[in-house]
Amino acid sequence: MFSNLDLQQIVFGRLTLESIPYHEPILLWTFIVVAAGGVSLLGAITWFGQWGYLWREWFTSVDHKKIGIMYVVLAIVMLLRGFADAVMMITQKALAVGVNEGYLPPHHYDQVFTAHGTIMIFFMAMPFVTGMMNYVMPLQIGARDVAFPFLNNFSFWMTAGGAALIMLSLFVGEFARTGWLAYPPLSGAAYSPGVGVDYYIWGLQVAGVGTTLSGINLITTIVKMRAPGMTMMKMPVFCWTTLCSNAIIVTIFPVLTATLALLSLDRYVGTHFFTNDYGGNSMLYMNLIWIWGHPEVYVLVLPAFGIFSEVVSTFCGKRLFGYTSMVYATAVIAFVSWLVWLHHFFTMGSGASVNAFFGITTMIISIPTGAKVFNWLFTMYRGRIRFESPMIWVMGFIPTFVLGGLTGVLLAVPPADFVLHNSLFLVAHFHNVIIGGVVFGLLAGVNYWFPKAFGYKLDPFWGKVSFWCWLAGFWVVFTPIYALGLMGVTRRTQHFDDVAVQPYLTVAVIGVFIIMAGIAAFLVQLVVSFFRREQLRDLTGDPWGGRTLEWSTSSPPPPYNFAFTPVVHDLDAWWDMKRRGYARPLQGYRPIHMPRSTSAGVILAGLSTVLGFAMIWYIWWLAALSFVALIAAAIRHTFDYDRDDHIPADEVARFEELRTAQLANGVRADA
Amino acid sequence: MTALANPSAPPAAAGRPRGVLARAVRRHLWRGAALVACAALLAGCNLTVLNPSGDVAVQQRNLIIASTALMLLVIVPVIALTFLFAWRYRESNTEATYDPDWHHSTQLEVVIWTVPLLIIIALGAMTWISTHTLDPYRPLARLAPNKPVPEGTKPLTVEVVALDWKWLFIYPDQGVASLNEMAAPANVPIAFKITSSSVWNTFFVPALAGMIYAMPGMQTKLHAVMNEEGTFRGRSAHYSGTGFSRMEFDFRSLSQQDFDAWVEKAKATGSALDRAAYLQLEKPSEAEPVRYFGSVEKGLYDAVLGLCVEPGRMCVAEMHHIDRSGGGGKDSEANRDRLDYDNRRLESGEEPPGATAPASGRPARGPVQPEGMQPRDQERGRDVKEPGTTPDPGRPGTPPGADQGTAPPQLQNRPTDRHQH
Repeated sequence: MFSNLDLQQIVFGRLTLESIPYHEPILLWTFIVVAAGGVSLLGAITWFGQWGYLWREWFTSVDHKKIGIMYVVLAIVMLLRGFADAVMMITQKALAVGVNEGYLPPHHYDQVFTAHGTIMIFFMAMPFVTGMMNYVMPLQIGARDVAFPFLNNFSFWMTAGGAALIMLSLFVGEFARTGWLAYPPLSGAAYSPGVGVDYYIWGLQVAGVGTTLSGINLITTIVKMRAPGMTMMKMPVFCWTTLCSNAIIVTIFPVLTATLALLSLDRYVGTHFFTNDYGGNSMLYMNLIWIWGHPEVYVLVLPAFGIFSEVVSTFCGKRLFGYTSMVYATAVIAFVSWLVWLHHFFTMGSGASVNAFFGITTMIISIPTGAKVFNWLFTMYRGRIRFESPMIWVMGFIPTFVLGGLTGVLLAVPPADFVLHNSLFLVAHFHNVIIGGVVFGLLAGVNYWFPKAFGYKLDPFWGKVSFWCWLAGFWVVFTPIYALGLMGVTRRTQHFDDVAVQPYLTVAVIGVFIIMAGIAAFLVQLVVSFFRREQLRDLTGDPWGGRTLEWSTSSPPPPYNFAFTPVVHDLDAWWDMKRRGYARPLQGYRPIHMPRSTSAGVILAGLSTVLGFAMIWYIWWLAALSFVALIAAAIRHTFDYDRDDHIPADEVARFEELRTAQLANGVRADA
Repeated sequence: MTALANPSAPPAAAGRPRGVLARAVRRHLWRGAALVACAALLAGCNLTVLNPSGDVAVQQRNLIIASTALMLLVIVPVIALTFLFAWRYRESNTEATYDPDWHHSTQLEVVIWTVPLLIIIALGAMTWISTHTLDPYRPLARLAPNKPVPEGTKPLTVEVVALDWKWLFIYPDQGVASLNEMAAPANVPIAFKITSSSVWNTFFVPALAGMIYAMPGMQTKLHAVMNEEGTFRGRSAHYSGTGFSRMEFDFRSLSQQDFDAWVEKAKATGSALDRAAYLQLEKPSEAEPVRYFGSVEKGLYDAVLGLCVEPGRMCVAEMHHIDRSGGGGKDSEANRDRLDYDNRRLESGEEPPGATAPASGRPARGPVQPEGMQPRDQERGRDVKEPGTTPDPGRPGTPPGADQGTAPPQLQNRPTDRHQH
């Protein structure tokens, strides 16, 4: 490595002008569009003089509500990127049949499918879920912020930094060509010598720090900051699912970090954990990555289950059926999720007893999951169901998800898995549960909590258009993909010899465009709702007849959430308060102690991202410099004692008087 | 299910898209009707997994159908109840009972936990038994339903090596080998031993049996039997790098007579597969034409498994042996160079398979194909050549990045120009 040093190598590492794919038309146009969009966005912000506002009110904010919204915005941006990858993949597949080669050569196509998986799990689903938990959970437990507000801001920026590195790989260098879990030996230095796997590693490592810290933060918040009277068994189900999901996060993400660290050691300093050389064993990686990977899907789906529970109970106007069994079901799912990882490699030659054990533990998960579905059903029973935009997602979710569950249990039967593993059937299965479960849940959540966050409901017409396109599109895509799996067609191929697959893929392409219409309708829904915000305005703070504490405060909530910490007597605390004729206290406000905004999160995450970039390109001086700066900035931040902010009593009074006026006369909060 | 087992049904390509669309639209009709429609739809094409030709795959298929049926016992009522409750308790139906405080029923709770539990107990028992009986490592007990393996039958042993983007089949008992084509007599048990030369792959012949991984330095096993004669597709099902898509082979199931003739043909027409030929063959390349080898150097497969085909390498088993007996202490320093299995490609100046910038001069996404890859153009189909013909002319002969310039020649006739978006 150091044999022929020259100046360019010292300054730029392995980064050269050739690393920038300006000769590739697809990327050039993407870059032009992204750059034009970016420049006009930045220009608009500058033109309207919004930098100061954004910096003060958003980027450096430690308010869990703003951080939650930023997480969701990040997730939606990454959804668009990941979806663009999906469109490229499926159109390439549909075109490249027989003698036709399609338009993506293998070494480009392979980056596309790796990026699709990585982005959708780590940078779409994870931030989306974390954003929801961040926004809603503290409001539901009657808290004013999370336990560690600065850590929350830092976590967000680390996630954003990881996402930035992954996006950068599109225009500088390449992304991994290994599949989204980067199995060695393929991902080792010998077979993937480029920067692709390094982008993957550093993107995930930077974001992983954020996820782990955010997990610790949210657990602490739930354990320590519940409103008086809210015992664990009086907590909303969404908080329970948040708790279990984050408990999984803090146990598995360190494993991921360690695994990727071992892989980086293999790649950077020539160790042999996972190589063929010197007795390294790639099976170790397989076990480690799936000990992270399988619980990860429950990290995503448990909060979605929580959202469905809240939505069902609200729109049926009825207390959730079987709250206790719901809580235990969640806990059981979380616990068993640690015991099933081997089902991802039944086909790697484990003994029959080992395979059968892991097959059966996997099936056991379907018992509490089944109980949950029944609980939602019996919540609907004798309810009075309003099919508003959040609720229709539940109606799409239940049938879609149970069919995904069916194919999942099928895959858990090892001999069946032998013929279905790595096939398009498997691909259809996990999209079935991730789209049908997680994405539907998150979109239900967006429709449900949007009025809380922004003070007006989302437009119901475009919400319904979006829902129907997503649902129909999903089945039009994945029904033929299930069928292809049963034809023995396997995944990640860039080209098919067999022309019989083309009609199925063509249908799937049509389906992808229907989903695209669904995504477009969602974006239109956001825009239309913004322009119609006066008609859609929620002045009560409780637009849906809610049951939990977040609906007891104004929409959007004041920075301090609750002027007086609510006292909880029963499950569905707000419903209980409304029923007992709760009267809002109108005086006696006291100054509220809140955390102060800080730029430390942005700085630390920015330095981490630079460190990652320098490591990817072997720019050692920059790596050393940013590492030292990172440590220095972290130490400096520990000496920052000026972390408190007090909202004076008269300002609280002003907020609360506005709210009083709002409730009485329908005067707008910002008037 | 006999409708599904109809391999001669016409592909009915024109009818299929509409059928699939129709299925999506009909989701809100009664579920049973949808399933019937679905079965009819699937009958129109060749679902190899549901209509296999080998006994192991048939048993796996039966298990899929039985488990699905078992799960539908709970899933059909759940979906039906979802729509029933949604309709009955809609807001506009004021006649329906509204009981906002009804949230607990011990009897119901018992039922909703017990029903899935019972189904999982049944499925778990099926799983435990079938996982053991269909364990790929277990020698076959039967050739077909009610047809046990006759006493004294010697299975056909095939040693499978996944190379960078092609398959090598070694027949130790016959002393021949073949590339990208495998032949076996029908109704004779086959014992596969499977390994890989560099990265992970999966050996998968959907019509024959389930897949099993091929991993370097490790050996997996598979026992299977094919009950019909014919040509079936096999491929790697685990992504293994740039040339993965074309890592396919034909599995030819022949009569015993034809198989013997196949072996004879290989002996007569094929070259010798010794270590030098193997090392040449091992280099990355894709869509290799079928090739036969009339003789195979003794111990070649074990050397491949031990990652020690190249002279001077220490075999993995040897290293394990040293480690098991307490390790070599300071003396093992002398063995270091002999344990380089991966890095040989980098150190000897050869490019790793599929390398692009910055490791090689080739752009990361451009039309210039990495080492081992064929140029891509519209006309080139995959034509399986008869043995003896010259290798595909598209194999790389140019140094890395040699054709890199302002306008690579491939750019002129690439489909990229047509399918821009």
